[in-house]
Amino acid sequence: MGRRVLLVEDEINIFEAISFLLSRDGWEVSGHGNGATALDEIARLDPDVLVLDVMLPGRSGLDILRDLRKQPETADLPVLMLTAKGQSKDRDLALALGANAYLTKPFSNSEMVETLNRVATGGQKAGT
Amino acid sequence: MRDRQNPVRRQSLTGTRIRERRLALAMRQSDLAQAVDISASYLNLIEHNKRKIGGKLVLDLARALKVEPSRLTEGMDATLSDMLQAAARDTARSFGPPAETDRIDELAGRFPGWTGLIGEQQKRIAALEAAVEGLQDRLSHDPVLAESMHEVLSTVAAIRSTSDILVREPDLDAQWRGRFHRNLHEEAERLSASATALLAHFEGQGARAETLSTPQEQVEAVFELAGHHFPEIEAGGAAAIPEVLGRMVTLADDDARDLAARHLARYAADAARLPLGEVLAAAAEVDFDPQALMPLAGGDAALLLRRLAALPQGGAQAVPGFGLATCDASGALIFRRRINAFSIPRYGSGCPLWPLYRALGRPMVPDSAVLDLPDGSRFRAWAVCQPIGPAGFGAEPVMEATMLLRALPDDAPASPGAVPVGPGCALCPREACAARRAGGRFG
Repeated sequence: MGRRVLLVEDEINIFEAISFLLSRDGWEVSGHGNGATALDEIARLDPDVLVLDVMLPGRSGLDILRDLRKQPETADLPVLMLTAKGQSKDRDLALALGANAYLTKPFSNSEMVETLNRVATGGQKAGT
Repeated sequence: MRDRQNPVRRQSLTGTRIRERRLALAMRQSDLAQAVDISASYLNLIEHNKRKIGGKLVLDLARALKVEPSRLTEGMDATLSDMLQAAARDTARSFGPPAETDRIDELAGRFPGWTGLIGEQQKRIAALEAAVEGLQDRLSHDPVLAESMHEVLSTVAAIRSTSDILVREPDLDAQWRGRFHRNLHEEAERLSASATALLAHFEGQGARAETLSTPQEQVEAVFELAGHHFPEIEAGGAAAIPEVLGRMVTLADDDARDLAARHLARYAADAARLPLGEVLAAAAEVDFDPQALMPLAGGDAALLLRRLAALPQGGAQAVPGFGLATCDASGALIFRRRINAFSIPRYGSGCPLWPLYRALGRPMVPDSAVLDLPDGSRFRAWAVCQPIGPAGFGAEPVMEATMLLRALPDDAPASPGAVPVGPGCALCPREACAARRAGGRFG
């Protein structure tokens, strides 16, 4: 079984592009587009790494991240935040809440794949 | 120190101004003395401030030197002096040698045209800075703009990733290639619509942008600049309002000046009822807790909240940062003191769960709550709704709600009753909120 990534992203065309890239890179990709039920989906799929948008229908990605870090079983789950919000304060907040990396849209495909692999293998916190 | 604050020095400098003006006109001392029918030696004593003058001689000298008499006796306009001081201060870090601020009078006497130009440019810079601040605020709080920008960024992200795949993956199978072409087409259509909507929005805003900012934005900018604290009014009461107002040179029109005058009048009335020394000392003893200070304000909670928001920062007494928002009975925000991380929108409405609005439904009942923002920051809020203006039998009271905000430290203990709020529905990510109005998600 390959490495599993859950992509919580409500923009379907962004999801399809990332899904293709990560599949090519050997990842087993699942997707979910609703913030309100994202925690349940994470618990059900138990992914190796999570790609999480900030602004989601139902619930903010930051709220989801905060809850993930409170739960022992997901406290160490590697999380890459992916969002259109590019202000430094948003990035700082995401990293302070426990995000392992932060990328802003629009992003480069190669950078996204590299960052995800680094996050999955326990690389240092980073963000653009 | 400025001349208007030191009449002794003002008088003593009259001779210097006469001399500077004469030199600026390249006039010989003897010629000026002859023109006003005094001896050159007496004029020399006057110019070196060794003889006081007044009355007819001042008028004669002013006529001979082609200036208003007040220019010789009072020096330059105090507002202009303030602007020159501000120009010197603002450029101190970015311009080589420091400005000779102790020689401003001399500068004005010798080069009145250049001095006026510097003053006008400083005024223009201050106005533009206020405009930039207003536009930044508009960018932060304009829900239509925020939505449009997010839409554009999301679309561009999809196009960039998809096109990159199509270019870099030559062995892409037909099914994927077709799907990505379709996605590109969809996103291109979406980007076209988003860009058109954004352009239409900017065109609609264009006229307003050229007028720099609304009176309310201008007034808030000058209050922010002053730290929402006016020592002259604290010391001198309402009589000091014209002086304070005179310094607010960035107020671009009568509407803004009238609004500023109204806010300053309220400030003066508040200061008279709850003097600074009294409220500062008492507040420091109770960690600036409004609840503990209620007896001090005689039960006028709104007065207390406004006075806490007007305490001076950076003084001997450490004062926490406070934010303030007031709204009328319709919920329209009519004044705000911003505080970091708590977004109080200028355009559109705030969050309906704010105690500010809750207070409107329970007039005269002070309210307090811990507010939990979507970004994880927490604030303590105190709010009350009270009538303003004189009461009268049979007259409907005009109500106004006031809310004071104070940030809670990150390590503050959890508050079980904290209210999850946001910056207003248009910008709030809490989709499941029961108080949410329709529409307006962005991210």
